[in-house]
This record gives sequence, structure tokens and C-alpha cells, in this order.
Amino acid sequence: MYTMRPAGFEYHRPESLDEAVSLLAQDGDARPIAGGHSLLPMMKLRLATPGTLVDLGRIPGLDRIERDGDGVRIGALTTHDTVATSRDVNSTCPVLSEAAGGIGDQQVRNRGTIGGSVAHADPGADYPTVLTALGATITVTGPNGEREIAAGDFFTGIFETALEPGEIVTSVFVPATKGAAYVKHGHPASGYAVVGVAAVVEDGKGRLAIGGVTGTPVDAEVDSIESASETVASALSGAIGDTYASGEYRTHLATVLASRALTTAFERA
Amino acid sequence: MATDVTEAKTTNLIGEPVKRVEDPRLFTGSAQYLDDLRLHGMAHVAILRSPYAHARIDRIDTARARGLPGVIEVFTGADFEDLNPLPCAWQAGGVENFVATPRALEIDRVTFTGAGVAAVVAETKTAAEDALELIDVDWVPLDPVVDLEAAIEDGTTQIHENAASNICMDWHTGDAEATEQALAEAEVVVEQRIVNQRLIPTPMETRGAAATYEPSSGEYTVWLSSQCPHIMRLLMTAFVFGIPETKMRCRALQMGGGFGTKIFLYPEYVLVAALAKKVGRPVTWIETRRENYTATTHGRDHISYLRIGAKRDGTITALDVKTLANLGGILSTVAPGIPTTLYGRMLSGAYRIPNIHCQVLGVYTNTGMVDAYRGAGRPEATYAVERAVDLLARELDRDPVEVRRKNFIPPDAFPYDPKILAGLSYDTGDYEKALDRALEIVDYEGFRKEQADARKEGRHLGIGFSTYVEMCGVAPSAWIGTVGQGWGASMWESANIRVHLTGKVVVTTGSQSHGQGHETTLSQIVASELGVPIEDVTVELGDTLGTPFGYGTYGSRSAAVGAVATYKSAQRIKEKARRIGAHMLEADIEDVEFEDGRAYVKGAPDTAKTIQEIAGAAALAYDLPEGEEAFLDDTTYYDPPNCTFPFGTHIAVVEVDAETGQVTLKRYVAVDDVGKVINPLIVDGQVHGGIAQGVAQAMWETAEYDDQGQLITSSLMDYAIPKASFFPAFEVERTETPTDVNPLGVKGAGETGTIASTPTIVNAVTDALSPLGIRHIDMPLTPERVWRAIADAKGGE
Repeated sequence: MYTMRPAGFEYHRPESLDEAVSLLAQDGDARPIAGGHSLLPMMKLRLATPGTLVDLGRIPGLDRIERDGDGVRIGALTTHDTVATSRDVNSTCPVLSEAAGGIGDQQVRNRGTIGGSVAHADPGADYPTVLTALGATITVTGPNGEREIAAGDFFTGIFETALEPGEIVTSVFVPATKGAAYVKHGHPASGYAVVGVAAVVEDGKGRLAIGGVTGTPVDAEVDSIESASETVASALSGAIGDTYASGEYRTHLATVLASRALTTAFERA
Repeated sequence: MATDVTEAKTTNLIGEPVKRVEDPRLFTGSAQYLDDLRLHGMAHVAILRSPYAHARIDRIDTARARGLPGVIEVFTGADFEDLNPLPCAWQAGGVENFVATPRALEIDRVTFTGAGVAAVVAETKTAAEDALELIDVDWVPLDPVVDLEAAIEDGTTQIHENAASNICMDWHTGDAEATEQALAEAEVVVEQRIVNQRLIPTPMETRGAAATYEPSSGEYTVWLSSQCPHIMRLLMTAFVFGIPETKMRCRALQMGGGFGTKIFLYPEYVLVAALAKKVGRPVTWIETRRENYTATTHGRDHISYLRIGAKRDGTITALDVKTLANLGGILSTVAPGIPTTLYGRMLSGAYRIPNIHCQVLGVYTNTGMVDAYRGAGRPEATYAVERAVDLLARELDRDPVEVRRKNFIPPDAFPYDPKILAGLSYDTGDYEKALDRALEIVDYEGFRKEQADARKEGRHLGIGFSTYVEMCGVAPSAWIGTVGQGWGASMWESANIRVHLTGKVVVTTGSQSHGQGHETTLSQIVASELGVPIEDVTVELGDTLGTPFGYGTYGSRSAAVGAVATYKSAQRIKEKARRIGAHMLEADIEDVEFEDGRAYVKGAPDTAKTIQEIAGAAALAYDLPEGEEAFLDDTTYYDPPNCTFPFGTHIAVVEVDAETGQVTLKRYVAVDDVGKVINPLIVDGQVHGGIAQGVAQAMWETAEYDDQGQLITSSLMDYAIPKASFFPAFEVERTETPTDVNPLGVKGAGETGTIASTPTIVNAVTDALSPLGIRHIDMPLTPERVWRAIADAKGGE
């Protein structure tokens, strides 16, 4: 409880995706590590004690950003800072760059990765909410090969995802989107989203994703800015609270941030 | 306000923005902190801490832990039964105190989560931490007492045998009867319950200790991150170990902040020293941040019931405050003194209040220890008074500035005795001058217009004031000591100055810089007084071997007491230099002046002898005046005749987003009067840091326990220490009303920012929301709290 040093662990640094997948598949007590800024603090407090760490940092080809048709494909090991400053992302899907630029602080953004954030599925994270609203697709590779999972199906619970044992996120595809905005209220200590709302406007209709309230991103479709509050309030049930913000307040805040995000999204569409 | 930096010259440096001599080693990373210490054969200590807030220990089995490779030995409380419990060195004066203090390791009971019960000594830190998990403890959990108001109620579990109703002390100041009468007769009375919430001080460097023991002489050397090494030595040797005071040397290396938490004697310091002897090797222990959050002292934690009475014209006639002060699960070294002497006695604030009464109950709960935290009692007092005055102004529908002005102690009333200071008086003050300047900077009239316009647009702008006075430069010994306020020792401060053969100057003092820049300010004073280049002055701190006994640094005393001691030594050295210089000049003493580093015959400055020449002559002693001792050396023990009373006006401008409850701080103005300023750069820095901490209490920080006594806000991920980006640029100015308490005219600046700023924010937010009928919101003003206050107010319509 008061420790600052992790319990002992084995450490591997595979140089290929296949090797990584195989290490993870054969050892149930193994965890992948990318930037480490979620996992390492937990290990130092001994809240997580994986017997083996599989460091993905040497695997080639996982940190590329490429235009892919109308959208952009972002490698899982791309840092938040790279997503925030990438010309490709900024020009095709600026809301993603904006969201990435608001994660943690500069030091965290220099190390944290989109793949790691997505696989970790922290209820206070920004990517899950934004990717859900954008209709992104997450590509994963595991012992049974590669598959694609829609963002809306990927985040299944608090720190829970659709990943099967041994699977690693390898890339995220985001469709080109202009009319979008992400508004969050960050916890003053951690910076995590107490409530984060992503709004995407296409063909005059709005799509919202609300994070931080129920533990996983909740999506909702909205006809107009005026109806956003009500739509959001009824879409959110089982709001979670803590000492900083109750479930009731989070629900209320979500309705306010939804209107604001939607307003901006409409302006940008 | 940006202050230009000056290159040091041998002229009067007092008041000059001299660049700090400490900074180069701090910026380049070569400063040596406690955690940098490497001693040959050093072993590492890890401490097993209670996971329960209140529990009995039936049995501890350390066998498995002992068997882990790398573990040298494992100890429990029973191994240190021969050591006394730690002393409580400041019991509330004039009343009975029911005292319970910690042991090096608790033996059969713990009264807060995080109390230490076992210690592992191992070859590495990792082995030590691994071993903690292998210690088996049979805990018997007991009912935790967490709620402060419930703690004193009948039927609540009693935590300490000797403290009925969990009350450590019941203390009063002022005239209860007269105040009650005045309240009954007042034309208007405003009542309010206020909470001054618990804070976690969070210095960047956590606490630590390292120790060695020499069996042949029985001497300990203990390295501590401590604000007062001499006190640590005295308390450990005389009170805990029962050994001669001279058998321990305490040293402080570079320290990374303290804010009060590093004043006290903690169980771990005793433990580490004792382990060095038991294990026969140097041992070291550094807190993790989580330990710092549970086992280092917290601050504040009062619940108060205010009643303020006044005439309709705004003249205050009475103030009554009843306070529950949470002391935590067990007493830290000076815990009872803070909410009594340093809080209750400052409830007159900057005002003439003819009838004041304060009752303080010090209460035990199964939470972390509470003791002094930057401001130590005065922030709590200022918050109470400034909220009371604001609430009064609101009730009377009067301008809060005018109500303050009306009740100010006027300049000609000083020295002013507020009747609750046990015989002391406020030294000097010109409260309106600071207020007027602050109003000018913020453009008060302009703001009220802006506010009115904003309200028409549905925006909520607010302005809040804090016209504070504080008490620092602690303290006259007879007033604060056991014969007076109950502090178990004295509060003079020491300084020694030596001018060596080569003319270089060494200053030592009992003051203990832990970020305040004493090496710079004391050098400025000594260089200016002796007339030597500042580069020729070295200030040596932090070692009981080599510094005269002194009481250390806290309570903003190192200028008003420590620097004055230094100044006085400098005067006596100048006088000796004059005598020796006269002898060297073969002139009569009456004909010789000493000025600007030279002794010369009046009217013949070219015949001068420099202080370097004089120092050389003094050291060699070949030809000194009859009866004169060799060497230029002087020690002063300066006991101040009074505390000092800085004051000022702080103003905050905020905007409240009524939909989300979010408060944005738009402007922050501070006009402080700290008397004569030795180094404006350093004072600015102190004020900035203090404002940040005080605003943080109003807006973000709060230490929270659940109903089982578990600290929920146990890390920097939960406890919201603000970042620089949370603040606008502070607009800081000063007035300078010197004090007649000491020859330097200095008052002290280290805590004013924290003391003044907290009520400024709450006053500003309640001002912003006053059209909605909102009178008070307890801190911290999180968005949810503000939103609920607005929702409740609207619901009541």
C-alpha cells in the first residue's frame, strides 16, 4: 500500500509482432507495456503485479500514421504528442488531435500511446469517447490472427475491452471528420475526464459520445442542439460518482458539455 | 510585478533584489538532498503501516519477513519499549491537556491509518518493501471515529483512555459574558457555520531520516529533513532516548520545502536513530508520497460557529467563535498550540472589536495527525474573521469595503491591544493605505460597473476582499513559553558571525532555511553592515555541530528574529573593529568611525584601516588593545520583545459559470506590508507561493477520509495541488510600514500569502452569486458545490 517499487517481474522486449503475441498467449500472467504511464504507477503501488512484462516498444511498424482512403490509420504505438501534432491527423480529423493534445501533460503525451490508452479503457480517458463518436475502427492482432472491432463495440466496461487473451491493438482507423468537437471537464488533480463529451455532426445530424459518467462511452444521436440536454440525460443511467463529483452532477455536466460540444461541431461542419 | 535583478556590490544591499546564492546549485542539480546521501554500508528501512484507522494489535509475526534474502532484521514496537513516547512540546496554555503521543512504533494500538507498527531493515529498498508483505499482523479492528462533530458526542467511541469525549483540551480567550451580552444587544447578528477543511501540505521533498551510531562514544548522527535540527536533537535525547543532549548530532541537508510539516519530531526519526544502534550499520529511510500523505502531518481542519454582532451602521460590536479543531488520531509535537495561541488570539483581525470570545475544543479523531501548516492558525483566523465581516456586510446590504474600513484599527491606535493577545499588542499598521492601493490597482469602481453590465447579460462576475493582519516573528520567550502560552521552551534565535584572518565572513545561526533563501538574505545584511563584498560572506546552516542552538524556521521568524540576531552580532563586530582599528590608527576611540567596512579617523578617511586588515590583526593578536580578546567573533541570542504583525489587502476577481459551477480566477491583486524588505525578489516569491497555496484551499484542495478512516485523497492523482496554469499573473505590490519591534524594521513575509488569500476567493464567489441569494459555500469551491448552491438557491424560489 505504501510501496514505491514494483514486485519483481520478468521482462521481454520482442522485436516482432508474432513474438509479442506468442509471449502473451503462452503466459496468462503476462501484460503488454507501451508507454507505461498507466501500468507502471499501478505496479509501483503493487495494485498490479504481472509476473511478466512484454515491452512492445521495439516492434517495427506500429508507430506509423498513414492516410487510408478518406481517413487516417494511426499505429498503436503512436504517442499522444505525435497524434496532437501530426499534419495528417490535424487535416483529416482535427478533433482527434485536439483531444490528444489535452491528455495529461507534456511528459505523459511524450510517452503515452493511443494503443495503450485504448487497451487500458480507463473510464476517465479521452480516446475511447472520441473514437466512439467518430465511429473509429480498432485493429487487433492475436493468436488467431487479425481482426477489426468497431469502437462502439470495443469498450465493454471499466478497464474492460473486447480484447481476447493474447490480443494486442495494432492500429486505429479514423474516418475523415470536420464537424466535430470534444469538450471535457478535467479533474484538477489527475487531468482525467470527469466528464468528456465528443460530438460529431454529419448531414445536419449529431452523434454524441459521453465518457466519464457511466464508466464506458455512451453514445446518443441528436437532432438539434436544443434537444441535446434532454437526449443526453435520458441516455445516461447508472452514473458513477466519487468524492470529486457525484453521479448526479456528472449527468448534469454531461448535458451542458453536450450542448457546447454540439454547438462547436455544428459550427465546424 | 517584475523586479529587476541587481549585481551585488559592497554597498547597502538591504532592500536590493540580489539574485539568490542558493539557486545555481539547485538549478544544476548538484544540491545534496537527504535521498542523495550515501553512507558506506548503508541499509534501508521500510515501515509497515496500519491499514486500519483504529485497531488493536494482538500479534505480529515477522518470521517470514526475516527469511527473505536481503533482509537484515525486522523489528516491532516491543523492541523499542525502553524508549519514551514522543513529547508534546506545546500544550495549550492555561488549561489541562489530555495528551496522547506516538511511539517509535506502536505496540498494541493504532489510532490512524498509516501509523507505523513494524520496521524492516534490508540491503536494498526493494527487499525492504518486499519484506513488508511477509509480515503477519493479527489486527482487531475497532470502531473508527471520523466525523469531527460526532467525535465529541455522548456515546462515541473514546479513542484515548485519558481523553473523555475525545477532547484533548477546552480552551478559551476573551470575555464570554461580555460578548454574549453584546450579541444580545446588537442591532444585527449574523450566524454562520464554516468549515476550514483539512489540507495535505505536500512539500516536493518528502520526509526522511538517516542515522549512524558510534558504540565507542555512544553518539548518534542523524540526518533529517528538518526545519529545526536543534529541537530535534533536544527532544530525542532528553525526552525520548534519555541520553545527554550532546550525544546526538542532527544535520539537515538541502531541503525541498516543508511548509511546517518538517518542524515536528516524528516516530520515524526516533525509529531510524534507534535502528542505527540496534543494527550496527548506517540506516536510511525516505517516505514515499503515499506515506507522506498518511503519516506526515496535515493542516487546518476546523469547524467553527461564528456569531458576529453589529450596529446597523456597520460598526462591529461583538464576535463569538466556537471552534472544533481536529487534532487527528494522536498528537504531533505542537498540535495543541496552533488552534489556540496562533488562531484564537488572532480573531480580532484588522478590526477594533470591543467584545470578542473564542472557545476551542481540540478533538481526537481516527485520522492523520494535524499540526502547523503554512500560516498555522492565522489562515484559519483570517478566514473566520473575513467571512464574518463579509456576511455582516451582506446582511446590512453595505459595501464590504466600507464595512472593513469603518472597523479598521486606525494608524494612531498602534500599538493596539486587541485584549485577546495575552498582553501583546499589534506593533504598527496602516491598513487603509494598503486597501486604497489595492482598490486602485483593481479599479474597484470600474469593476462594479463591469459587474452590473455582466449581470444584465446573465454572467456572474464577483470581487472578494481580504484585509488581513497576521502575527509572526514568534515570539517573546516569556510570552510563548510554559509560563505563558504553553510552548515548552523559548523562541529566541541565535546568530554567530566570525570574520576570519583573511577577511572572509562565516555566519551561522539556528535558523534553518528550507527554501527561504536565508543564505542570501543573511549575506545581504552582513555584507551591508560589515562593508564586505557579498561574495565574501558564507552562511552555514543545518548542523547542530557548528551552529549555535536556535529554534529553527517557521512562523515567519527568520527575518524578524533570526536576521535581527545576525544584525546585532554585526553591530558588535563593527564596534570591536572600531576599537581595534582605533588602536591600529593610534587614535582615540572617540575620534574613530567604523563605516562601509573601514575604520577611520573622523575627518581623515584616507587613513582608514579596512575590516580585512582589522580582522587579520585581530586574528594574529600581535598588538591588540588592553583587555581585548583575539578574533572578530560575536554571538547573539536575540529574544524579541514582541511578535510582528504584517498586514495587507488581497483582492480576487472571479467569474462563475452558472451552468457548470466552474469558477475562473480572472485577477488576483495583493498589496502586502511586511515592514522593511530585505530582498524583494525573495519576498515576491514567498507571496506568490503563499497565494497559490491559499487559493488552492479555496478552490481545489481537500483531504478526505471515508467513514472507515481511510484517506481517499491519498495521492497527487486525487489531491488537487494546482498547476501554475491555473492562475492568472499575480499583481503584487507592497507598502512599507516599518515595525519598531526590531532595529531592522522587518516583520516577516513567508506566510502572508497563504493567510490572506483563502477568504478572498470565497468572498469573491459569494459576491458573484449574491443576486441568487447565496451567502456562503464551504470550501473547496468545486464546480459541483457551486452548482448545488445555485440549484438550491433557485429551488428555494
